[in-house]
Amino acid sequence: MLPVTTILFYVFSAILLGSATLVVTARNPVYATLYLVLAFFNAAALFILLGAEFLGLILILVYVGAVMVLFLFVVMMLDINLARLKEGFLSYLPLGLAIAILGVLELAVVFWTSPLGHITAPAAIPANADNTRALGILLYTQYLYPFEIAAVILLVAIIAAIALTLRRRTGAKTQNIGAQMAVRAKDRVHLVDLREPKS
Amino acid sequence: MSAGQPTLAAYLILGAILFSIGVVGIFLNRKNVIILLMAIELLLLAVNINLVAFSRYLGNLDGQVFVFFILTVAAAEAAIGLAILVVYFRNRHSINVDDIDELRG
Repeated sequence: MLPVTTILFYVFSAILLGSATLVVTARNPVYATLYLVLAFFNAAALFILLGAEFLGLILILVYVGAVMVLFLFVVMMLDINLARLKEGFLSYLPLGLAIAILGVLELAVVFWTSPLGHITAPAAIPANADNTRALGILLYTQYLYPFEIAAVILLVAIIAAIALTLRRRTGAKTQNIGAQMAVRAKDRVHLVDLREPKS
Repeated sequence: MSAGQPTLAAYLILGAILFSIGVVGIFLNRKNVIILLMAIELLLLAVNINLVAFSRYLGNLDGQVFVFFILTVAAAEAAIGLAILVVYFRNRHSINVDDIDELRG
């Protein structure tokens, strides 16, 4: 009888690899995106199986919640001619498969022969272990500067994405907020003295 | 396989197969930029699985911190890549890689 974690590992791995295969072979990009969501869910389950609960939840929140929704938005927004994009789909299949199988075999041989691959007993997780707390302590002490640089990278990504997609239309009627705020009463109201001038 | 968890090699081979699927995806969908970006996400996911497995089996949390940074950079890359894709589609009404040859002399 296999232990339950081993069974779960194989179940999640099988679904992960199956959905990854469907991502790259799906005809419709919407299906590919949804299969990628499934792949990320199974990867998150594997992370939690490995004791990395924080990363598993981050993977679901950030990847499924934000990045994949962004992909879906773009896929649905663009009106793509699918037939043209599938040209030559099968002509690259033999070369791609050959390279992939060769790569997997080479890596598998390395893993099975090196002593690194045979580490069986993972360090036992204490009952009161707190993955998020340990990760946070490491992140805010030893990796503080890389953490700040990561924040700057995200800021750069925000600005770049907005600057790339911002479109200024010419000829559209828009409000000029600055001119509206800077206006004074004397620019708008002219008091005219209507009394008859004294002679 | 001893009782308990699967071996480290099992996780590493899972990562290797996932990485290869991503590479095959780049080969097959050579023309569709959206699927290319998704294949890159698969490659990064394979690397992340390797890092988390090493972190767990060697008892060192640094690997998980690096997964955190990889997730950050991957999110930024996806956002900018999709923004470039939208701008490109707006100008050319196509996302075919073969159409991106304006710079060819």
